[in-house]
Order: sequence, then C-alpha cells, then structure tokens
Amino acid sequence: MVFERDGKSISVLEDINLDVSEGEFICLVGPSGAGKSTMLNVMGGFLSPTSGSITIDGETVHGPDPRRILVFQERGVFPWLTVEGNIGFGLSQLSSAERNQRIAHYVQMVRLQGFEQTYPSDLSGGMKQRLQVARALAVNPDILYLDEPFGALDSVTRLIMRGELLRIWQTERRTIIFVTHDIDEAVQLADRVVVLSSRPAKIEHVLAIDIPHPRNISAPRYLELRDELLSKIGLAYTV
Amino acid sequence: MNSLAKPRAWEKFFWPLLAAGLLLAVWHYSVIWTATKVFPSPINVEKGLAQLLQRHVLWADIGDSLRRVALGFGLAAIIGIPLGLTLGWYPALNQVVNPVIQILRPISPIAWIPVAIVFFGVGERPAVFLIFLSAFFPILVACASAVSNVPAIFRRAGRNFGLTPTQILARVVFPAALPQILIGLRLALGVAWLVVVAAEMIAVDSGLGYLVIDSRNSGKRYDLVVAAMLVIGLIGLALDFCFRRLETIRSVRWGFRHES
Repeated sequence: MVFERDGKSISVLEDINLDVSEGEFICLVGPSGAGKSTMLNVMGGFLSPTSGSITIDGETVHGPDPRRILVFQERGVFPWLTVEGNIGFGLSQLSSAERNQRIAHYVQMVRLQGFEQTYPSDLSGGMKQRLQVARALAVNPDILYLDEPFGALDSVTRLIMRGELLRIWQTERRTIIFVTHDIDEAVQLADRVVVLSSRPAKIEHVLAIDIPHPRNISAPRYLELRDELLSKIGLAYTV
Repeated sequence: MNSLAKPRAWEKFFWPLLAAGLLLAVWHYSVIWTATKVFPSPINVEKGLAQLLQRHVLWADIGDSLRRVALGFGLAAIIGIPLGLTLGWYPALNQVVNPVIQILRPISPIAWIPVAIVFFGVGERPAVFLIFLSAFFPILVACASAVSNVPAIFRRAGRNFGLTPTQILARVVFPAALPQILIGLRLALGVAWLVVVAAEMIAVDSGLGYLVIDSRNSGKRYDLVVAAMLVIGLIGLALDFCFRRLETIRSVRWGFRHES
C-alpha cells in the first residue's frame, strides 16, 4: 500500500500476507502510525491496495460491503437517529416486522433495553460504542472490523466492554479483526495477535494466544504471552 | 448577584421589563425636554398604533409583507437548498462557481433595486425578487458548507451499509447537515424580513415598508412611522422565535447547544 502525499509516495504497508479463518478473533497491534488502520481500511474495501489483493471466501474485495462492517473509534453512531434508528439503519430492505424483531434482538444483546428511543447525545461513551457494534451486527455481517473501538473510553469501561465483546463474539461467532495499541487488550481478546513493524509495516510476528476464555489476567501463561508480545514489540522492561 | 446562580422566576421577567421601561422613560422625557415638534413620544406612538388598528390597514399591510417574505424566502429555500446540497456534494463544482457566488453575495439587495425594476417592472414581482435574492445566497452558502462539513466517518458508514450515493445523500448527509442548514435558513429569514421593508418602500404601495414611507410622505406622521417600525420589530422577533422552535426538534437538537 503506497500513499501519495505532497508529491511524495509513502509506502505504508509492504508484503502483508495474512490468512484468517472463519470465526477467528484477530488483533492487530503495532506502533502508532504503522498502518494498522490503513490495513483495516484496505481489508474493508475503503482503500484499494496499490498492489496485491484481499480475498474473502474466494471473492476479491473491490469496495465496502455490508457483509463486512467497520466500527470506528468514536462518533460513529448517527446523532440524528435514536438507538432503534441506528440499529435499524442498515435494515431498510427488511419488512418492518422483521426489522423490529432484529432491532429488539440486538438492543438486548448490547444491553440497551430501555434506551430504544434515546438519542446518542444522551448516551455514555461505552453505550455509544455498544450501539455501534449493535448497528454493525444487525446487518448480519461475516466480518467485523473494529478500529480501536474502545480507545476513547476510560479504563474501567474498556475492561467491561472487552467482556461484552467476547460474550457477543462467542454467541454470534463472527470473524473479528480488531486494531488496538493496547497489548493487554490484544492478549485478553485475540485468538491470534498480529504484530506489525513500524512504517513501512510488515507482519513481524503472529502470536497464537492459547488460553481458553474466560482468561485469568494474572495467570502465569497470560503474563508469559503478554511479556512475549511486549518483547516482540521491543518494549519489554522499558519502564 | 452571582452570575452562576439560577435567576428566580420573577427575575427572568422583571429585569428585562425594567430595562424596556427605562428606555421608554428616557425616550418620553427626551421628547419633552427637547420640545421637538417632529419626533413622537411613546404616548403619541401608542395612539398612532391604535389609529392604525382602527383603520384596519395595519392587518392588510402585515399580511402583504408576510406574503412577500413567504414567497421570496420560500422560493429561495426551494432553489437554494437543493443547489447548496449539490455544491457541497460536488466540491469540484463548488470550486468552479464559488468565486461567482462570493462576488454576488456581498452585494446589498438594495443595489439590485434598479435591476429588479428593469427585469420585473414595478409591483409585487420586483419586491419578491429582492427578498428572494437576499435569502438565496445565505441559504446556498449555508447548505454547501453544511454538506462539506459532514464528517467523512458518517459517509463511510453509509457506504459500508451498502447505500447508493442518492441514499447516502438522503439518509446520511442531509440529516447530518440539517442543523447547520436550519441556522442558515434562520439567518436568511432575518435578512428577508429586513429587505421586505426596503423593497416595499420603492416597488409597491402596500406592506409595512410602504406604511413607513407613506406615513412620512403624507403629512409627516412620525407617530405612525415609529408605530410601524415597532410592528416590524415585533414581527421580526416573532418569526425568529418560531424558527428557533424548530431547533428543539429531537432529530436536530444534537447540532445545537442547548442549556438543559
């Protein structure tokens, strides 16, 4: 992936080769500015790769598609729609009975019961992100791309949201590709953690997290994997 | 008085009323002390207003002015909103026509009066044309900038959910731009109300603007002039108040800062 900026070309992603299985939870980590979001945008079809291709189930990605939804860090929900309106946004081709049923299902899944008629300006940051995830899931996508979805939340809410996301992932079984700069987040959530190098980003390591959920975040194996990941990024024992 | 303390209910009305009362008093005594024969006192104006109401011309004039504003402003909105949305939607097109808009925009509608008369003669149509012009540019510019200010994240979400460009415009860009569009419409209505008075002074023989100029020309009735001015002010205030009510509609309220 090469970008043109001010007449100079900047190579952002090079030699990226990654196979993701169905239902897998992948976390992308790497230094800031490495190209994690760029990679997500290429996979989502929002940017065309300068060379190479993205193939999903044998089909090359040529643009955005409701079968794979990108969830943004913040301000992604539509402030002019209620919770219900947001969740139902991608469902206009369904009959109203089906749509209402789908909305009710996902309101419940992200635990926003009682807030159906509320506008996002009256929701907390965590609730807005849950709403964004619900809006994405409602269209029944195969893949969810999450771009630092909890990055703007406080640390306690972030922990709760990780638990919620895992619960949803375990019931819905979608493929999730999750960009984060938070090592703990990656080790807590992912089946495999993909470590990108700094720009031009290459895949430096792929680390499988072989701990079953729910993960004990003070268990020796957890700490071991966490240290391994930190050392791979080159940050072990720096603080 | 602490500025953070919530004013008590009676204070909310008492202080503004006191200010208005003081202003009336200053006006009243200035007229007496200067012994002017031309300028009316508040009491004269009040009598003038009663006279206008008795002669039943006031309601007809108000109706005429409001009709012209409704026509001119309505036309400006009907043409200006879609055009502004289009300009905001196609930045390349906006770059092409923007210089022309920026040159036309600062020209006072008053300067258009001779042109309006050449185009439309004398009567209702040049007046409506002037109001249209005065409202059109604020609406056009507000809509174009409202659309270009819509965060890219919303459009991307729209694309992601499989919407066609037309659907994105209708279901994402328009609602996202609506608060700013409403602000533009409100400003345009204010300008239209200013311009209708000027337009009625030259092109037609009815309406509040005509009432002002006619009261002066036929017998220097400055009590009626000031009475008409007050009516113009009050109606302008009422129009603005009505428009502000729109800002409290739930689906646009997020775009305005409201004290809860």
